[in-house]
Amino acid sequence: MDFFHALILVLDSTVRLSVPLLLAALAGLYSERSGVFDIGLEGKMLAGAFAAGAAAAVTGSAWAGLGAAMLISIFLALVHGFASITHRGNQIVSGVAINFIAAGSTIILGQAWFRQGGRTPSLPGEARFGAIELPFAEAVRDVPILGDVYSELISGHSLLTYAAFLLVPFTWWVLFRTRFGLRLRAVGENPAAVDTAGISVSWLRYRAVICTGILTGMAGAYLSMAQNAGFVKDMTAGRGFIALAALIFAKWKPVPVMFACLLFGFLDAFAIRIQGTPLPLIGQVPVQFMQALPYILTVVLLAGFIGKAIPPRAGGVPYVKER
Amino acid sequence: MKRIVLGLLAATAMSASAFADEIAPALIYDLGGKFDKSFNEAAYNGAERFKEETGIEYVEFEISNDAQREQALRRFAENGRNPIVMAGFTWVDYLKKVAAEYPDTDFTIIDDAVDAPNVRSVTFKEQEGSYLVGMLAALASETGTVGFVGGMQVPLIGKFECGYVGGAKAANADAKVIRNYTGDTPSAWNDPTKGGEITRTQIDQGADVVYHAAGGTGVGVLQAAADAGKLGIGVDSNQNGLHPGKVLTSMVKQVDVAVYNAFMDAKNGEFSYGLQDLGLAEDGVGYAMDDNNKDLVTDEMKATVEAAKQKIIDGEIVVHNFLSDNACPY
Repeated sequence: MDFFHALILVLDSTVRLSVPLLLAALAGLYSERSGVFDIGLEGKMLAGAFAAGAAAAVTGSAWAGLGAAMLISIFLALVHGFASITHRGNQIVSGVAINFIAAGSTIILGQAWFRQGGRTPSLPGEARFGAIELPFAEAVRDVPILGDVYSELISGHSLLTYAAFLLVPFTWWVLFRTRFGLRLRAVGENPAAVDTAGISVSWLRYRAVICTGILTGMAGAYLSMAQNAGFVKDMTAGRGFIALAALIFAKWKPVPVMFACLLFGFLDAFAIRIQGTPLPLIGQVPVQFMQALPYILTVVLLAGFIGKAIPPRAGGVPYVKER
Repeated sequence: MKRIVLGLLAATAMSASAFADEIAPALIYDLGGKFDKSFNEAAYNGAERFKEETGIEYVEFEISNDAQREQALRRFAENGRNPIVMAGFTWVDYLKKVAAEYPDTDFTIIDDAVDAPNVRSVTFKEQEGSYLVGMLAALASETGTVGFVGGMQVPLIGKFECGYVGGAKAANADAKVIRNYTGDTPSAWNDPTKGGEITRTQIDQGADVVYHAAGGTGVGVLQAAADAGKLGIGVDSNQNGLHPGKVLTSMVKQVDVAVYNAFMDAKNGEFSYGLQDLGLAEDGVGYAMDDNNKDLVTDEMKATVEAAKQKIIDGEIVVHNFLSDNACPY
């Protein structure tokens, strides 16, 4: 029972840690499926986190923070779109540029506005997305196993967490069951065919990067308003890149993306939990090994265990209309 | 004509010597950044105090990656900045190189030692201060379990960890200390999300007082502890005010005094070289008491800790220094 409770707590921590990865990876999914590679997830998330922290600190409203995060992140996504769709620039270069712009400007603006060295002021409880206790969570806590699962694992997360997991089936539905999704996938595989059918390739791709902006904004808002209480410089700490790895790992499919993010989140949570405690049979596991494990797994599994990860065929290639 | 030239020369010589009295100090921060509410901010406060008291401007540099270290150091030395103070143990290798090339420039390094004729090294006996906050943590804990969150896994943070464990066990022999490090890359100093998550995990395991030695990551540690209604312990600067009533105390390290002294000694022409290792006896480290935490620390707790402090100063208790053998006996 003790072991079971410990497992539930690790899984609970897994959920919290995987939400920003999941939102960012789903964001990448829209963009990359439409043929626009996006290495700038990290930067958009960071800008979103900053906008959320700043707007929530000024207005005292979590919703204003979320709105600001989405707006600024959509704006950066459109910059990326403008460079790589309209001007057919190199998508990697433009993505990296966005990462740098976000890293630098958040600190400069933060220092200019709040004078706390790039941090935003600590947010009070009402300006954050706090934990939501689902109905009956307290009542069923003592029910063996199921009570634990419901009250610890399922209940008590922030609104954004539930939204992130609901977005997985929603994304699947959009991509695979709607006309927009079909066209979006087609434009990532064979833009010429879509163009021949009389549909604007640019406009489709623009809509895809806007979706990316919305989701990275949510990911950033989650970091600064749900998990933390305010923005701290460089607070994304590479999560955008891990999300990118998860996306490749999951072969650009929404449900596997969720499992990949949960797996990475679990490894992180597990590493935190077992630090300093020897495992049965294996003994003490070096922390460094646990921290490297997500990357090792990605490389090993991609090297043949799950088959090839084939990116959208037109990914990274700007579309040039034949004359 | 000749006289005028001589007079001019004399005047120039005089203004040059006047200029030599007016020092041009420089301060370089480490990766945590100038306003980390902790280590680097303490250095900044020391420099600001010097500026206020003397009116002498100083220049500063915040590095954003390791590649800038040598460049920043060299540029300041090249521009004739003197003395140059750098905060952080990572500077050791860069300073060894640059100090040898600029023998006329005075350098001060905080948190580690460089053996060179023109370098002053200031280190702190963090283990002693951590020992005291460890005692306070164990005394304040109701569950008998306390937590420690380190930043990047480096031997220096081992000093904090080991002293803390020693203090906790001294106050309560059955105390359990859960220890975690955030990571082993410099980004571990700036990852409040992970710091918060580690803290939550420790609280789930029963910890009700969590001490951090993690720079910017610690902001997340203190936040998570306050959110859960538990207590945090701050580090380096006095962080009691970050969450009044939710921060038990802070292990303060007089980094500001070290910076201030380096600038002041240079101004007064008394700059000395070699190693200064500051502990409780020199007031280099300590635990912070103010209005924000006066209700958390009872008189009884304070008396116990003060007694231990005196014993450490008298040498009756020797707190183990992790750096001496890279092992912790507690």
